[in-house]
Amino acid sequence: MSAPALETRGLARRFGGLVATDEVSLRLEEGARHALIGPNGAGKTTLVNLLTGTLRPSAGQVLLEGVDVTGLASHARVRRGLARTFQINQLFANLTPAESLCLAVGERLGYGRRFLPAAGRDPEVVSEVEDLIARFSLGDVMDLKTRTLAYGKQRLLEIALALACRPRVLLLDEPAAGVPEDERADILAALAALPADVTIMLIEHDMDLVFSFARRISVLVAGRVLMEGEPKEVAADPRVREVYLGEGKDA
Amino acid sequence: MPAGAVAAHLNRKARWRPAEIVFWLAIPALIFALPSRALLINEILLAGLFALSLDLVLGYAGIVSLGQAAFFGVGAYGAGILANAGIGEPILGLVIASLIAGVLGLVTAPLLLRGSDLTRLMVTLGISLLLGEVANANPWATGGTDGLSIAVKPVLGLFPIDFNGQRNAALYSLVVLFILFALARRLVQSPFGLSVHALKENRLRSGALGISAAARFVTIYAIAATYAGAAGALVAQTTGLVSLDVFDFHRSADVLLMLIIGGVGYLYGGLIGAAFFIALRDGVSSATPEYWEFWIGLPLVVLVLVGRERIGAFFARAVATGGASLIPGAPP
Repeated sequence: MSAPALETRGLARRFGGLVATDEVSLRLEEGARHALIGPNGAGKTTLVNLLTGTLRPSAGQVLLEGVDVTGLASHARVRRGLARTFQINQLFANLTPAESLCLAVGERLGYGRRFLPAAGRDPEVVSEVEDLIARFSLGDVMDLKTRTLAYGKQRLLEIALALACRPRVLLLDEPAAGVPEDERADILAALAALPADVTIMLIEHDMDLVFSFARRISVLVAGRVLMEGEPKEVAADPRVREVYLGEGKDA
Repeated sequence: MPAGAVAAHLNRKARWRPAEIVFWLAIPALIFALPSRALLINEILLAGLFALSLDLVLGYAGIVSLGQAAFFGVGAYGAGILANAGIGEPILGLVIASLIAGVLGLVTAPLLLRGSDLTRLMVTLGISLLLGEVANANPWATGGTDGLSIAVKPVLGLFPIDFNGQRNAALYSLVVLFILFALARRLVQSPFGLSVHALKENRLRSGALGISAAARFVTIYAIAATYAGAAGALVAQTTGLVSLDVFDFHRSADVLLMLIIGGVGYLYGGLIGAAFFIALRDGVSSATPEYWEFWIGLPLVVLVLVGRERIGAFFARAVATGGASLIPGAPP
């Protein structure tokens, strides 16, 4: 059997006396659609930061396709196929979507050390940028500065940028957060159209999205994995209901 | 989305625009039309090159620096010492002196990777102070407080650029400036240049695209240091003199003023700011030699407080309405 696409073993992170992540062991097989849910303060963001390399764990390991990447900086993990989107948009405000995607594709191909040719001269890069623009319906805004884009379009660009890295594993940190109702359909369509062989971990508050997208769900409470299972098992689990009833259904 | 639209958008800045071509043709025309002002034009061109180096660091990479004079000074002394050591051909001296400054940039860049903008201001300032004292303490090489006078040979053995060749000197500076400008123009549009811009815009996302900030910053900083070194070397060669003031704080501060006045992040800002700054100093200082800096300070304060875009929009509106909008109470 091949190694899982993403695995954590006994991952822990303490901030002083606070244990934000406590012995988290996860296994995501290739092509997984895995959701991570949990109430506010459960440690979801810390876990994402540990997975991407923004934070170093106090203990435990992160493995990407069987290779220990715990010691790698975040940009090095990206080069090994781990991409992410951010809960709060992290875009290039004064670049256009086409320029941002051109950058992302070029960096993946290792062109960042090309000093003289114009960035848009490479036909391979351009055709891939065109493809991403079409897939994420950014055609009408591709030459506008990103800061002038509607929020829903920015959200799509956020996902498109991660996909431009051709990830093996993609972490989606609340992709639908803050998107107005009339722009939600675009986001859901974009998520549904993500390549089947890419392993996806979805961190999300929106339970409708979680239950329509995920085939497995891990519930994080107080830094620990409370339970893991298929959506219907999770929905039926009394402990999960207790956590969420205490916080309200959408928490 | 029509075919080719993405490529056309991505390459839209690659072609030289008519205004740019006019700009670059106007300078040699000016040098030939005003031979008696060749010295002043030369000074503007070299201050512009120096400001261009700061624009690469500040405008594109977002690294604040108050010590760009460190590289300027190394370039100047490098060219001076090389000339007096027998390497009198200016182009060779220029290349070597610039590369020495570039290596110094490469070595000191890692000091700027950590810390805040204030840390960077102090580190860059500190390095130029330190080098100034090194130059002061080694008069056998630098001439100390007496300075170093240089016997510069003709460029390519043909064109004397000494006191009797001021027009040649300005043309020599112009050719070097243009070549370095054209290279910088390509650089900022290249994948590397895009990544440096991206790092300035959003470091977190750049990292999430697999970009290593440290390597890119060190590279652009070293390139900018090479440019500053070239400016210093050219000043030394075309004036025939290097003195300790090449490392002075005011030199780093002036070049920052020029760049801010001209505008950061589009490469021409340094050249325009240098022309404004030096022409104003030259013009106003003959009228009020003590107070000319007032006329530098005033536009600077207005620019920073009001903002370039709003000033631009104000003048655009004034032009569009034939000046009517400048009169208070007039309908827009």
